[in-house]
Amino acid sequence: MAINWFKYSSPASFYSLAGKMIPFFTVIAIILLAAGLYVGFFIAPTDFQQGEAYRIIFIHVPAAWMSMFLYVVMAFWAGIGLAFNTRLSAMFASAIAPTGAMFTFVALWTGSLWGKPMWGTWWVWDARLTSELILLFLYIGFMSLQAAIDDPRRADKAGAIIALVGVVNIPIIYFSVQWWNTLHQGASVSVNQAPSMATTMLLGMLIMVFASWMYSIAIILKRIRVIILERESHTSWVAELQKKGTVS
Amino acid sequence: MFIWIIKRDLLLAVRRQSDVLTTLFFFIIVVSLFPLSVGPEMNLLRAMAPGIVWVAALLASMLSLGRMFSNDYMDGTLEQMLLSPQSLSLLVLGKALAHWLVTGIPLVLMAPVLGIQYDLPVDALAILTFSLLLGTPVLSLIGAIGAALTLGLRGGGVLVSLLVLPLYIPILIFGAGAVEANMAGVEFDAHLSLIGAFLLVSMVFAPWAAASSLRVSLE
Amino acid sequence: MLQGINLVCVRGDRELFQDVNFSLEAGGLMQVRGPNGSGKTSLLRMICGLSQPAAGDILWNGQTIRELENDYYAAVTYIGHLSGTKDDLTVLENLQISSALAGTEISIDRAYEALHFIGLKGREALPAKVLSQGQRRRVALARLLVCNTPLWILDEPLVALDVMAVKLIQDILEKHLRNGGMAVLTTHQEIKISAASILELQLA
Repeated sequence: MAINWFKYSSPASFYSLAGKMIPFFTVIAIILLAAGLYVGFFIAPTDFQQGEAYRIIFIHVPAAWMSMFLYVVMAFWAGIGLAFNTRLSAMFASAIAPTGAMFTFVALWTGSLWGKPMWGTWWVWDARLTSELILLFLYIGFMSLQAAIDDPRRADKAGAIIALVGVVNIPIIYFSVQWWNTLHQGASVSVNQAPSMATTMLLGMLIMVFASWMYSIAIILKRIRVIILERESHTSWVAELQKKGTVS
Repeated sequence: MFIWIIKRDLLLAVRRQSDVLTTLFFFIIVVSLFPLSVGPEMNLLRAMAPGIVWVAALLASMLSLGRMFSNDYMDGTLEQMLLSPQSLSLLVLGKALAHWLVTGIPLVLMAPVLGIQYDLPVDALAILTFSLLLGTPVLSLIGAIGAALTLGLRGGGVLVSLLVLPLYIPILIFGAGAVEANMAGVEFDAHLSLIGAFLLVSMVFAPWAAASSLRVSLE
Repeated sequence: MLQGINLVCVRGDRELFQDVNFSLEAGGLMQVRGPNGSGKTSLLRMICGLSQPAAGDILWNGQTIRELENDYYAAVTYIGHLSGTKDDLTVLENLQISSALAGTEISIDRAYEALHFIGLKGREALPAKVLSQGQRRRVALARLLVCNTPLWILDEPLVALDVMAVKLIQDILEKHLRNGGMAVLTTHQEIKISAASILELQLA
């Protein structure tokens, strides 16, 4: 068992394994996305309070969940990379960051689109939106730090430290923003006060969450392959791949 | 050695007073810019004062972070510190403390004067000063992590703000919140206790994280 | 005893050296040679414990230095390219503070004595910024006189030094080795140092 795990923890074998897995996850992601959007936009009933506009939550909520979850996953892999000095886990962390940032941005964007009909403004300093904005800053900090460091080993380790510091701080920041929000009597409507959901709404949301998962896995694997090629460009197995012309 | 490092950094600050003064004047200028940008309406300014002073303190403290390690990095002293047989975390704690004494304390002392510009009542002034006294060491401690990580990088100064400012947000919320709560006639003890808690937690974890960062940055 | 086992150094994606092995006994001197960019400084930083080898291990009395940490640092004095002198501190303060940071607090008398010996008499109270390159180097090297560590790691210690100072360093080194110390050294200048055993490590 241990042998298997170590086999795939070498970048060279993980490269080919990831290559085989990507089409699988891509197809599932597309199917789930189509199904989820269909359920969300055509089957789920119109909300009697919020009308049709509420349907944006089929994108907003999964994106918001993913954005937070991916940060934790990123910090986890970064921490493993720092503790055990495994190159592949550090590559995972670097590959997750852009996808996490993308979901954070989508959550902010759709939150703003939803806010216009609900609250009459594009932006309110609601606790959740504000926390999401800070999360975006944390992602950007992680990515800029890694981008500024030329030596990949230092970039991995420095990124890991800031990711871990970030993940410890996220609950504190979230709690502070909640406190700040209640103190200042901010927005009166917030996501968790949404009226009880119909079963089809819940179903659509769940399918969308799974679709986001599959999409994330596929795109992160794809990105890892690029990172591996870049980092290992001086090794013989990459040279062989290039000779065969199979570098995608 | 803990004492030595503080003594040394203070001695260096005394020989280079201009660095300390620049940070202080930055603080004063930023605070003084706000009335010019939003108008001299006193009620508005009084309501904004705690937030403005705190944001300016955040920025001033952050601006001086670059100096915490970079001079020692450039002349090779930092290498020697990493090879010291004593705990590196303790040494970082000493450096953060020295940074606070040199940049944090002047901000704290200047805050009541700036608060008067904004016509803050006396007890609000006292709370503003006290919240800064509790909060600014946290800024130095968290900042040490950012300063250590960006050591020797191009654009390190801007980068450190990206890394550190989001982490400062809780301190900002509770620091400015304490003063606002007092002005609104609400209990403010909880705010200050929370800042105190942040201070204790960051005293334990931040030096350790910054020490690991230094080892990474100097490799 | 200091041992290096199959050391590999990678900078960026370039391998600077691989399979470097050495073993240094008490009283021994190791001179690391090689052209610019061959990894001399990288090797010295590795031996100090400042950077990790990409593969291989460094042992101090049979134990890996990664686990020894502070116990190992207590046995090492490293003087690198950068002298580690503070411009705004006086010569005396520089020596006292750098020794304290390295773990040995010294009295003022001891500091004066070392500074006189290294040829900085009369300059104790000057700020380091007014010193010449060679004099700054002497301030850094004065630490060798006041430390009591068995292993010295010196990266180009003779740069910018005049003939007199080179002779002085040579004497200090020989005395250290005679007393059972060890030294790892890089230098482009030829110096003759007599020691119980002399090891030459050539990097490609």
